[in-house]
Amino acid sequence: MRAKSTNIVEVLKRLVQLLLVVIGATFLLSLLLRLLPVGLKELYVTGLFEEDRQRQIKELGLDRNAFSYYIHWLWDFVRGDFGPIVLPGGGGESVASHVGRALPKTLQLVFYTQIFALAVAIPLGIFSAYRAGRRTDRFVSYGLFTAASIPNFVLGLLLALIIGVKLEWLPPLGYVPISESFVDHVRSMILPVLALGIPLIASYTRLLRTDVIATLREDFVTMAVAKGLSDRRILFTHVLRPSSVTLLTSAALNMGALIGGSLVIERVFSIPGLGTEIGLAIFGRQYFALQAYVALVAIGYVIFNSVIDVFVGLIDPRTRERRNA
Amino acid sequence: MNSVLSIKNLEVGFDTPRGLLQAVRGVDVEMPAGSSMGIVGESGSGKTVMCRAAMGLLRGSNVRRSGSVVFDGDEIGALDSADVRQYFGTGMAMIFQDPMTALNPVRRIGSQLAESLVIRLGMDKKAARTRAAELLALVRIPDPEATLRKFPGQLSGGMRQRVVIATAIACKPKLLFADEPTTALDVTVQAQILELLSDLRRDLDMSMMLVTHDLGVVANHTDYVTVLYAGLVVEQAPTKKLFTSMKMPYTEALLKSIPRLDQPSGGRMPMIGGRLPDPTNPEPGCPFAPRCPYVQDKCRSEVPPLTTAADGHVYRCFFPIGGNG
Ligand SMILES: Nc1ncnc2c1ncn2[C@@H]1O[C@H](COP(=O)(O)OP(=O)(O)OP(=O)(O)O)[C@@H](O)[C@H]1O
Ligand code: SF4
Ligand SMILES: [Mg+2]
Repeated sequence: MRAKSTNIVEVLKRLVQLLLVVIGATFLLSLLLRLLPVGLKELYVTGLFEEDRQRQIKELGLDRNAFSYYIHWLWDFVRGDFGPIVLPGGGGESVASHVGRALPKTLQLVFYTQIFALAVAIPLGIFSAYRAGRRTDRFVSYGLFTAASIPNFVLGLLLALIIGVKLEWLPPLGYVPISESFVDHVRSMILPVLALGIPLIASYTRLLRTDVIATLREDFVTMAVAKGLSDRRILFTHVLRPSSVTLLTSAALNMGALIGGSLVIERVFSIPGLGTEIGLAIFGRQYFALQAYVALVAIGYVIFNSVIDVFVGLIDPRTRERRNA
Repeated sequence: MNSVLSIKNLEVGFDTPRGLLQAVRGVDVEMPAGSSMGIVGESGSGKTVMCRAAMGLLRGSNVRRSGSVVFDGDEIGALDSADVRQYFGTGMAMIFQDPMTALNPVRRIGSQLAESLVIRLGMDKKAARTRAAELLALVRIPDPEATLRKFPGQLSGGMRQRVVIATAIACKPKLLFADEPTTALDVTVQAQILELLSDLRRDLDMSMMLVTHDLGVVANHTDYVTVLYAGLVVEQAPTKKLFTSMKMPYTEALLKSIPRLDQPSGGRMPMIGGRLPDPTNPEPGCPFAPRCPYVQDKCRSEVPPLTTAADGHVYRCFFPIGGNG
């Protein structure tokens, strides 16, 4: 019973933390926008008639002080109103409709990349730790080191050029939604996922290898050997779980970098996702849109981290004890 | 005589940056089936290395091992890591010095215990679970059902060592290596665990190699004793004989260093003046010479050979207590 109630307190605590982080991040961002050298009014409030201008100032909350403006923005944000894409002469689509179109693509890209990177890095990390110091381990290390030293976008361009253009195995650019054709969807995602995922594989493999080597020195591994279990069973049922905390935590922390990377990769492969939208917003000085995008990324980041945290607690009871102590 | 374990001229060295570290320097041990053999010696004398090498648990690119190990009629000394494993659990088993590290912290007691039964004995999951609870009852753990669902972190040291013992005896091994099974435990718990081991040995008709640095434990729980010093056997005799007619100055020094014979020494190392010789660079002569109260010139130039007295008492000394023979 006691364990249950501490769990609920745990979850509530995390939720409050989550809210505070998101509010803090978005408030800071709205302050930053106030500090822009060009006033937002000059940028956004255009129109032929004074009447229209005044209405626009009101709607965008530009006549308020920083705090009141933020509350105004937050209230709109939680209701799903992310503000307008402001075009010269007024009008333009809502940011929300852009988000609706772009976000799923980015989520897919990031999600596939994580799955792919973990699916490759876990066996590779375990295997190179198991053969630590031997030829295969060194070979894997060198290979990954080389792969990791190539920047995302160079890798993306190379892949697009070689596999897409020269060999014509896969489409060099473009995005196909699942609803249209599953096979084409997968084909359109392979190259961007490779470009984003390969450097990740390198860092994940290295992290896991280090922890697996440490775990292999533990008495309980010798004990598992002395029970007559096979190496494969020992590695996957006894060693992997206690060795994966650092890996998963780093996977969660990597979400930020991954979204940053997808910003570039989406442009390389012409995927109209959030990265592309963020790029457009920056170059088009769409600060309302930018504010909404950054807020969404922050929320996604925090949620993903919390989920991983709970997951890590499930796979390793020691971390739970440590946190409760 | 029917031997369960027969070790002949076992040598184990480790490649280290300082040169070859000779941990075990040619050890012979003969264990009659059903017997209990005590292995005594100070910290660093090679007890653990000898047991692990005998069982075939010492693997690694820096390990240099030679000699013969015959278990239950089979030569296992030269088997590779995968082949020797068929003997683990069902033939030989081991319990470790520190129960805090011998169990996998992220897996429940039940799954760790049932695993051997399923994999080594081919039981189905349900039968294994029932048997696991029986095993916990056998090692006198109150409330076995609840314990099966716990993680190692939720148990005290004594309870964990009972779980380790239950895991080791799960597949009814013929020979149990117990490497200082009580050193990490409270004094009161030590006596209970040793009592439990002696009872199990009798009930399951099992042989046991009991490693300890405590002659009091040897006196109460073993049939034979082997005294190791600097990787060498220095005295070997039936336990009763050893205590009535001790031959080695080293064994005598060990005995004198124990405050009370009838009580385990609470994990304290016996204190003898001086230190073990450097295992990477052994000096000529008797390894005990620098610390021996009976030392003479001859001791410093030649390693004394292993002498077998008419009554089978084995010792390695030029000037044994009570004279030769
Ligand atoms: N894997 C290893 N690599 C290098 N040296 C080792 C290794 N394992 C043990 N040794 C060395 O071998 C010698 C014997 O160690 P061992 O662990 O067998 O001693 P012990 O008698 O079991 O001592 P204790 O009572 O402290 O357990 C020591 O000098 C130790 O440093
Ligand atoms: S050989 Fe000499 S130094 Fe060695 S134990 Fe015997 S008396 Fe002591
Ligand atoms: Mg030891």
